[in-house]
Amino acid sequence: MLIDINNLIKEYHMGLEVVHALNGIDLEIRKGEYVAIMGPSGSGKSTLMNILGCLDTPTAGDYSLNDTNVSTMDDNEMAGIRNREIGFVFQTFNLLPRATALHNVELPLIYSGKSASERKETAAKTLEDVGLGDRMNHQPNELSGGQRQRVAIARALVNKPSIILADEPTGNLDTRTGDEIMEIFEKLHEEGNTIILVTHEEYIAEHSDRIIRLRDGRIERDEAD
Amino acid sequence: MRIFIELWEAIKIAWGALVKNKLRAFLTLLGIIVGVTTVIGIVSITEGLDKAFGEEISALGSNVLYVQKFPWAQQMDWDKLRNRDDITMEEVEALEEYLTIPAAISPSTQTRRTVKYKSEFLEDVSISGTNEVKTSDVFPEYGRDLTAMDVHHRRLVCVVGWDVAETLFKKEDPIGKRIKVGGYKFRIVGVLEKQGDVFGQSLDQEVRIPIGVFYKLFGSSRSLTITVKVDNPELIDQARDQIRGILRRVRKVAPGAEDDFSVNQMDMIMDLYNSLTSTLYAAAIGVGAISLLVGGIGIMNIMLVSVTERTREIGIRKAIGAKRRDIMWQFLVESIVISAIGGLIGIGLGFGIGKIISSISPLPTTITGWSIFLGIGFSSGVGIFFGLYPASKAARLNPIESLRYE
Repeated sequence: MLIDINNLIKEYHMGLEVVHALNGIDLEIRKGEYVAIMGPSGSGKSTLMNILGCLDTPTAGDYSLNDTNVSTMDDNEMAGIRNREIGFVFQTFNLLPRATALHNVELPLIYSGKSASERKETAAKTLEDVGLGDRMNHQPNELSGGQRQRVAIARALVNKPSIILADEPTGNLDTRTGDEIMEIFEKLHEEGNTIILVTHEEYIAEHSDRIIRLRDGRIERDEAD
Repeated sequence: MRIFIELWEAIKIAWGALVKNKLRAFLTLLGIIVGVTTVIGIVSITEGLDKAFGEEISALGSNVLYVQKFPWAQQMDWDKLRNRDDITMEEVEALEEYLTIPAAISPSTQTRRTVKYKSEFLEDVSISGTNEVKTSDVFPEYGRDLTAMDVHHRRLVCVVGWDVAETLFKKEDPIGKRIKVGGYKFRIVGVLEKQGDVFGQSLDQEVRIPIGVFYKLFGSSRSLTITVKVDNPELIDQARDQIRGILRRVRKVAPGAEDDFSVNQMDMIMDLYNSLTSTLYAAAIGVGAISLLVGGIGIMNIMLVSVTERTREIGIRKAIGAKRRDIMWQFLVESIVISAIGGLIGIGLGFGIGKIISSISPLPTTITGWSIFLGIGFSSGVGIFFGLYPASKAARLNPIESLRYE
């Protein structure tokens, strides 16, 4: 089992109030699955994504990634997990604005300690795989939205992560470009990558094989697509 | 290996940040530049002075004691000094008899007069009455020194300084000629070699006559200077003690009372000079330190702004795996690079100012290696110290909130 989550609970304290963002989530995801997490605002999908991506720790419950319990790790250990096991793709791309596409993609490799030549080689190849071989030395402001998201996808892939975590990846793109991006995810899935998509768009979620619907911090429905 | 990669990346980023907003960079660096420039500038001026001063001092001899009425560095009330008795030949004779340490003892007394030859004249020339004992390393270029016979027989002969000979005798040979010294005729027996200037004063405008003649013609109501040149410089302190003992006896100074004379030494000038320059150094370092402090606060301020501006970027880096120490290191290096650049500019300016000063004034300056290290060291230190807080603040940012920051 790639991801094993048991009775996950996350609470926030806002002054005197306690917000129950996640109210007991049980979830299993296998290697190679293509999963979509859906839900309205306040359903807890962002919180669940943050915990899945090791950006946050649960208040209670267990989260096992690749048979490693990551729910009780400290900051540094989680940073290491994020670097090696997680590939993020954000709605707003989140690229470094004053760096080239190549430098953006090699960033995770810098933090995992790879040599300069190895980094350049891997980053260049990954950019070619997403169709941006001829745009490596461009900065984000010289690229279209779709191209930026491809750079972000390349960055997410470069350390060969266990899961690709995409948060509304087409939210800032027009329909046609969005379709192109979804095709890339399709291709990645066929190559054996595990993809977790967080979205509120039904037609985006339908690209996946399994939709998990959240409401009020709980799983309402979890069914094959 | 990783550290060097990060270092080069950080240096590039820091440089880029500076170039992008030159006004901001300038304001940030101002404090550091002023601090380092001040320290370097003053240090190079002072080091130059030290060298020049030291050279002048050593040319004047460090194994010579001058027994005089007053000390060179006045640290006591004038009232106490005013009533001191003159030093006379009695003291000279006492020293000649009782000083056991081998030394050359020579009394001298001095006045100023006009010196004439035919139609040429030189005013305000130093006239000294002395004996034949040599206590300095100045030798005649032409002719000879005064001899014991000259002194004993009170001959009207003189030895003149280079400038005097040059001014009065444009075409003739001075030796053997008669000049008027303060109205009295003297025969020149020697011309001293050229000595040059000390602190802007020429040593070559003098006339030396036998001391007995001086007394007869110009009076004996002046205090003598007794020059004692000790053969072995290592015995100079013992010589001083002996001299004091002998003089106290002759002048009947009560036991426990202070000396009513002074035994002066070139080292005293050196000490005075050193205490002046150490005050100068302290002032420079004080000013420099305050400027560096201000500069450091400027750096801290600008780094805090930089951290805030790049909150999103920090969130991104953390999301893809940057650890706290990676972020901390990144911003710390930036801070150090900025301050080091300020330090280098300050060093350049400091030396530049030193060069300008040495070319438009008699003050000499030198460039010293250790002051460069001081400049770079201090500015980098400021960068580390004042960059620590912003860097750790950046490292502790929450990645989720940072990613949401607009």
